[in-house]
Amino acid sequence: MSEQSAVRRQRRKRLAARSFEWLCLTATFLCIIVLAALLSGIIYRGAGWLSIEFLTNGPSRFPDQSGVKAALIGSVWLIGLTALISVPLGTGAAIYLEEYARPGILRQFIQTNVSNLAGVPSIVYGILGLGLFVRTLAIGDTVLAGALTMSLLILPVVIVAAQEALRAVPDSIRHASLALGATRWQTIQHQVLPAALPGISTGTILALSRALGEAAPLIAVGALAFVSRYPLGPMDKYTVLPIQIFNWTGKPQHDFQNVAAAGIIVLLGVLLCMNALAVFIRYRYGKQIRW
Amino acid sequence: MTDHHPNAPLELTRATSNGPLAEQVQAPEDLDRHDGNVAAPAVERGQASMITVSDLSFYYGAVQALTDVSMRIPPRNVTALIGPSGCGKSTFLRCINRMNDLIEESRVEGSIHIEGQDIYSPQTDVVELRKRVGMVFQKSNPFPKSIFDNVAYGPRVAGIRSRTALEEIVESSLFQAALWDEVKDRLDASALKLSGGQQQRLCIARALATGPEVLLMDEPASALDPASTARIEDLVSELKEHYTIVIVTHNMHQAARVSDQTAFFFEGRLFEMSETAELFTNPKQKKTEDYIGGRFG
Ligand SMILES: Nc1ncnc2c1ncn2[C@@H]1O[C@H](COP(=O)(O)OP(=O)(O)OP(=O)(O)O)[C@@H](O)[C@H]1O
Ligand SMILES: [Mg+2]
Repeated sequence: MSEQSAVRRQRRKRLAARSFEWLCLTATFLCIIVLAALLSGIIYRGAGWLSIEFLTNGPSRFPDQSGVKAALIGSVWLIGLTALISVPLGTGAAIYLEEYARPGILRQFIQTNVSNLAGVPSIVYGILGLGLFVRTLAIGDTVLAGALTMSLLILPVVIVAAQEALRAVPDSIRHASLALGATRWQTIQHQVLPAALPGISTGTILALSRALGEAAPLIAVGALAFVSRYPLGPMDKYTVLPIQIFNWTGKPQHDFQNVAAAGIIVLLGVLLCMNALAVFIRYRYGKQIRW
Repeated sequence: MTDHHPNAPLELTRATSNGPLAEQVQAPEDLDRHDGNVAAPAVERGQASMITVSDLSFYYGAVQALTDVSMRIPPRNVTALIGPSGCGKSTFLRCINRMNDLIEESRVEGSIHIEGQDIYSPQTDVVELRKRVGMVFQKSNPFPKSIFDNVAYGPRVAGIRSRTALEEIVESSLFQAALWDEVKDRLDASALKLSGGQQQRLCIARALATGPEVLLMDEPASALDPASTARIEDLVSELKEHYTIVIVTHNMHQAARVSDQTAFFFEGRLFEMSETAELFTNPKQKKTEDYIGGRFG
């Protein structure tokens, strides 16, 4: 009697486990199918429009003369400046939090805020950037203002990623260095940072690739859809790939939908390259260091 | 590299009525009970000590890990610290190079003088202190860098830039650590590729490269095979010609083999300390006898 019920319970448990496995598998497949459908639709429409001219032409009234050059270079400027601003700031903040700050109310306060900031919608950063950089600091709707805004947006992510990388460096290395008469800063500079660098770069690249696809905050700080010239300096006007794409999709001519699809392919290509770089760094340098 | 090792007994640098001088003149009874014992000439009455610990107490927050430890460690001599797990040996060792400063909410009472200098006085530069007092950890912890860069790290952070000077230091340190012959052809290889025993000797070489006077070793051979352990022990015996060595060990035989004097810790107190041969053959305390006899710990 009780033996029978035990067997039944066993069977039910196994059934539940099996069904859950199937549920997860289905969910995964659904995601992949949707993604594949989207991708194939875009490639089907856009691939034919990809050409060298598409990469070297600026925006145009005519679909067949339109290109991503201005937007692509604008994106490179934006991401480059964002990296220059956010990497030192983010790494510095992470070093402070991990290596210097004593546990206490202040550190807890900063940590909680950093974590919460990561969840703030990007448009909020756009509005902040408009008020702070474009207007108050009078930087105007330049690529620098856009990069500052983007830096705010990704800083929390960069800080958290850098913190995790620093935390992964074992204390035995810090102790070894300090016991040899190195100062705290020498220890960070010569031992901790080099060991954490692969992790920091990986996290930063992933954060930057998020910034690459963002349009909303840049619309707020005035990235223009119709700049035919690409920026030559940080104080120039600019546009970026996602805004250019968004602009094309809004056009009445049907062919512009295909141009937009081609633009998406370029954007995805850049994203893929950045993520591949992150994976490469993790693979190449992650293996080297075995504590 | 060895020019800072005094050849003659040190002159007392402090002469206060209640400072280390008083203790040095009136050495603890167990230290000089054996007049004329040639095995430990350095602990004779009136001889200056390299390290003088007075009434040292240490707290991890509210937890007291050391209670009123007083000890004199003579120069160029090996002192073994033994005692059951958790009795405070490592804590005591880390007090001597102030590595305990890194622990949040820790507190030190009492004093430690090294060559007469109070290492816990506000004037003491911790960075300088750690160059004078090298440390070898239980688990070897080479930097993920080349063998050369590992050994050259201490001199480099001390400001030595000249390549020839660094090469000289690296060679002599590796030589003293009995590793030179094994690695001289691959100084640029990663230190992590060395065997466990080699890594530990590399860590010793690295500690020697800053030109310390004192070498603290926390169970340096506990993770090694017998052959590597024997090499480390031989090394300790050689190094004591130039360095004052304090070594923590769980291995009674090791303590007996390498040390000149042995300190038995129990529950955060220095229970008994005397010349090694004396402590092992004729312990004064029942607890010491039980511990040495393997009856607990
Ligand atoms: N970082 C720390 N924070 C709080 N308590 C600690 C810390 N390190 C050690 N202790 C405590 O202090 C006491 C002494 O520890 P210590 O490591 O000095 O012992 P030990 O004699 O070296 O032991 P073992 O032989 O196991 O290495 C122990 O009770 C331990 O729990
Ligand atoms: Mg210990």
